[in-house]
Amino acid sequence: MKTLLIGEYRDGKLLESTYELLGFADQLGAESALLLVGSESQLPAYSGTLYIADAATCGEYNPDLHKQLVLNAVQQENPDYIVFLHSSYGWDLAPRVAASLKAAQISEIIAFADGSFEVGCCNAKMRRSVKPNSSTTVLTVQAGAFPALQAGGTPTVRKLTADVTSPLEFLGYEPAEKKDVDLGKAEIIVSAGRGIGKKDNVPVILALAKALGGELGASRPVVDAGWVEHSHQVGTTGQTVSPKLYVACGISGAIQHLAGMKKSDFILAINKDKDAPIGEIADVLVVADVMQFVPALTAKIAA
Amino acid sequence: MKLLVCIKQVPDLESRFKPDAAGVWYNETDLAFRMNEYDEYAVEQAVQLREKLGDGCELTVLSIGPDRVVEAIKKALAMGCDNAAHIQDSAASSKDPWQIASIISAYAKDKGFDIIFTGMQSQDRGSAQVGVTVAEQLGLACTTTITSFDYDNGTITAKRELEGGIKAAVKLKTPALVTCQLGLNIPRYPTLPNIMKAKKKEITAIAVADLLKEAALSTTTSFHPPAKKGGGIVLEGDVADLVEKVIAILKDKTAVLR
Ligand SMILES: Cc1cc2nc3c(=O)[nH]c(=O)nc-3n(C[C@H](O)[C@H](O)[C@H](O)COP(=O)(O)OP(=O)(O)OC[C@H]3O[C@@H](n4cnc5c(N)ncnc54)[C@H](O)[C@@H]3O)c2cc1C
Repeated sequence: MKTLLIGEYRDGKLLESTYELLGFADQLGAESALLLVGSESQLPAYSGTLYIADAATCGEYNPDLHKQLVLNAVQQENPDYIVFLHSSYGWDLAPRVAASLKAAQISEIIAFADGSFEVGCCNAKMRRSVKPNSSTTVLTVQAGAFPALQAGGTPTVRKLTADVTSPLEFLGYEPAEKKDVDLGKAEIIVSAGRGIGKKDNVPVILALAKALGGELGASRPVVDAGWVEHSHQVGTTGQTVSPKLYVACGISGAIQHLAGMKKSDFILAINKDKDAPIGEIADVLVVADVMQFVPALTAKIAA
Repeated sequence: MKLLVCIKQVPDLESRFKPDAAGVWYNETDLAFRMNEYDEYAVEQAVQLREKLGDGCELTVLSIGPDRVVEAIKKALAMGCDNAAHIQDSAASSKDPWQIASIISAYAKDKGFDIIFTGMQSQDRGSAQVGVTVAEQLGLACTTTITSFDYDNGTITAKRELEGGIKAAVKLKTPALVTCQLGLNIPRYPTLPNIMKAKKKEITAIAVADLLKEAALSTTTSFHPPAKKGGGIVLEGDVADLVEKVIAILKDKTAVLR
């Protein structure tokens, strides 16, 4: 079995998540080659074949050209699996490669068994097992699902080039919005999710945060709706936190939220749905209406 | 200008899911359906562009599925789409992303759409493949996960959202397809007059067999709940009791309450 792993490079740096692909290939027991649109001055610690194209000339986001580079390497390697991370780079590029090859794509893999892949669905409440019907298969693996593997070594470098004119032009990066609170350092975070119902209820969650001497956090829908500032958002597109206590109020536990808070020492979740996926990582799941339970808890603590 | 927005109807995700008879997807009994959240942002962005461009611009909404999806189509019409295509398929949930994309592409192929909007993924299946695959099949410029969108004279300027909240600014020439991320805009609620107006808008029904010529590239073999990891305590009951129990646990297990 052979895999072609597609590494990631951003803003002039090799991304550490690239090593998760090596961890995945290792678990799969597959031979691997790695492809990177990056820089020869930053080679990954890896001893296999590395197909490399220069990001300075190929661009960091130029999907039409990157697709062609992957297809060139596929032709040389003839892999069974072409593996991306399920990231903003991977979910953008993978379907382009799959469509060009008319290969099956299975997205956001969290496990595998007997040629079948396990993926989450219904907002992480359920799972599907999926089998490819094609001989070559494109996979994207969930960030954090497979431990990174840094075996070390120096790769055998093979240079790739492609010449593609694209209707798309990458103009540059814009940094994340400035943070007025550094949740990363907070010891206690009480987060509001969509389950709080409306903006008017935010003060109720804030009151518990204050009573506990902590900071207010939020899930993305609460931020998107303008109830709470983006600087309080926890998750893949917000902040990553690891407090002593994390209280999730009306948060379902989507993977993108969990990725930002699963390292918390102690997780208390309040949810009216006993099956909410937050229950999978919570130390305590209180099955209750958040607007009844939280004020009662605050009152008791403040007393 | 011709615009297309593709939407899916999904179940309320706070529901309890049970496998269907074949054990490969959920049983629809007792589920309430609504428009996929990501698609609401796609519809809103398409409608805003439609309003900006004014007369001479036509916005079509497309959905694949059984008769129930007409509800989601009607909502999109009430939000401001001009007309609709309902691709009738009572077995849409058994199609893989490649087939769903192929159906959309077969529909859109000869219609000369300048911009196609889709959600970045569906909330139930979540493959994040269909939009990009349509773009590949039709040879359109494409970018994904956008949180800002602007159009001027054949050029789209958009921002993609990356990990950690970093944005990537991109420019693309139409014809193009964009997949929309949460927070792109604030989707409007249809007003009563617009709901009434929408009733007169045309919904063209097309049998899926007329459009689908592709076999599935992948097969779902099982739909099941995650294996319970256990460990966590689940507390239920009277609120006052729950508060007592939680305080006792916090005192015992964390250093934050004394
Ligand atoms: C690329 C990408 C990046 C993302 N980045 C992030 C991110 O950084 N952070 C993030 O949070 N999300 C992120 N998301 C969104 C994520 O997928 C979820 O949509 C989001 O986390 C859901 O937020 P929620 O749990 O508050 O809302 P929902 O999923 O709607 O859950 C609400 C919960 O509240 C419960 N509830 C409802 N009413 C009550 C009540 N009265 N009492 C108690 N409980 C109640 C419900 O049972 C439900 O479990 C991202 C998504 C994508 C695709």
